[in-house]
Amino acid sequence: MLLPAGTNPNAWRANSPVVHERCRVGAGQHETYTLAVSIPLLLTLVDAGVRLGSTTVLRNLSLELAQGEVLGIEGPNGAGKSTLLRVCATLLPLDTGSGTVFDAHLGSPGAQSVRPEIGLLAHQPALYEELTLRENLSFYGRLLGRRPGRVDELLDGVGLSAAADRRADQTSQGMQRRVDLARLLLIEPRLLLLDEPHAGLDSAAEKLIAAVVADVLGRRGAAIIVAHDTSRLADLTTRRLRLERGGLT
Amino acid sequence: MTFWRAAGVIMRKDLMVEGRSGEVLWITIPFGLIALFLIPLALPLDNPLLQRIAGPMYWVILLLFGMTIALRRSAVGTTPQREALRMLGIDPAARFTGRVLATTLLSLAFALVLAPATVVLFDANLPTSWPLLLPIVMAVTLGLGIVGTVAAELTRGLRTRTALAPLLVAPLAAPLLVAAAQATESLSRGDSILLPALIIAFTVLGLAVIGVLTAGPLEETQ
Repeated sequence: MLLPAGTNPNAWRANSPVVHERCRVGAGQHETYTLAVSIPLLLTLVDAGVRLGSTTVLRNLSLELAQGEVLGIEGPNGAGKSTLLRVCATLLPLDTGSGTVFDAHLGSPGAQSVRPEIGLLAHQPALYEELTLRENLSFYGRLLGRRPGRVDELLDGVGLSAAADRRADQTSQGMQRRVDLARLLLIEPRLLLLDEPHAGLDSAAEKLIAAVVADVLGRRGAAIIVAHDTSRLADLTTRRLRLERGGLT
Repeated sequence: MTFWRAAGVIMRKDLMVEGRSGEVLWITIPFGLIALFLIPLALPLDNPLLQRIAGPMYWVILLLFGMTIALRRSAVGTTPQREALRMLGIDPAARFTGRVLATTLLSLAFALVLAPATVVLFDANLPTSWPLLLPIVMAVTLGLGIVGTVAAELTRGLRTRTALAPLLVAPLAAPLLVAAAQATESLSRGDSILLPALIIAFTVLGLAVIGVLTAGPLEETQ
């Protein structure tokens, strides 16, 4: 969007609450102009707070995530990183503050309807240990209405074709992590939430994380990656924040 | 995805998991049969009391062990598994229904194994109209499946789950147990089973409505 010369970008921003703009001010040959690119916000948190029992896990946390962004959040153990992801995934309600995911207010029934747009990779894999890797993915594939061949394509993509018929409890943590990443690709989310994605993965498998992130960005999505050390995510993230004692710094 | 298709996929998965873990096949069914076998041992073999208590004992064993089927580990799932399902946007009532159907089928299999064992061990006289018991057995196992699934949801994550869940199931399943025992008794006397059958039907219907309506709020409760 091209704003007329003299337009205050902040005023324009204030009148466009659902979009996030990146403003660049340049000088033409004859006049000054402001170029404003509107990028939809996929996620907002305003003064968000979460208590679990008597413990305040998140406090006064404000955050915006725009389309195309890959936000890295680092912090020590117990800083509230996983809780933050569960809030963003609409799995955990806010105790204070407010927020939106895909324009749906967190805590409202509408927030649950956007869940299929969100892919969450938790600490523990969401696999059924008695089922084979193929059966696990097929289960999720059936619920999502994906064609049967898609499962084999994804298993091949994460390098697990040969182990597809092994029971999940007879595979390594890294292999289970790969299947969980394949599950995310099966979901085809627009908001990706990765909790310590590198845990248990070898360096070769780490490329899969980049592939999953690229897949989501290709669908005009965004991602949040949390880790206790985001140095491994330097190439992946477009912005990095630090979470300590429930607050962003 | 339609409600019933989602419920079917969940049920199929639960049955596959159970088929591999063998929790019901190798633990619950043998222990249920052992429990049934112990009762005749406590009484003289020619005691006419054995024949009289055959029906009620069948239902008591089915209730007690049906509860363990409904509360089995694989029926509850881990937190990541549950959250992954919640994130797919599948109707919670469909997920609940799928779990209930799987539990009902497993309880029904247990009931069908238990029935001939009861006839043999208690020297029970089968009434001529015994096929009428089949829909009663099916309805009772469905009721147990619903009650057990609701109790498993209510006690999920609690440290006292193993003690608390049966305490919740027992009073809710009592009308089923009493009505089923009355139906068996009425059949053996050649009387109508309309009244106990209606009690069972309305109990199961009420439980199903409660289960479906509370599935969403229970699923969202941390």
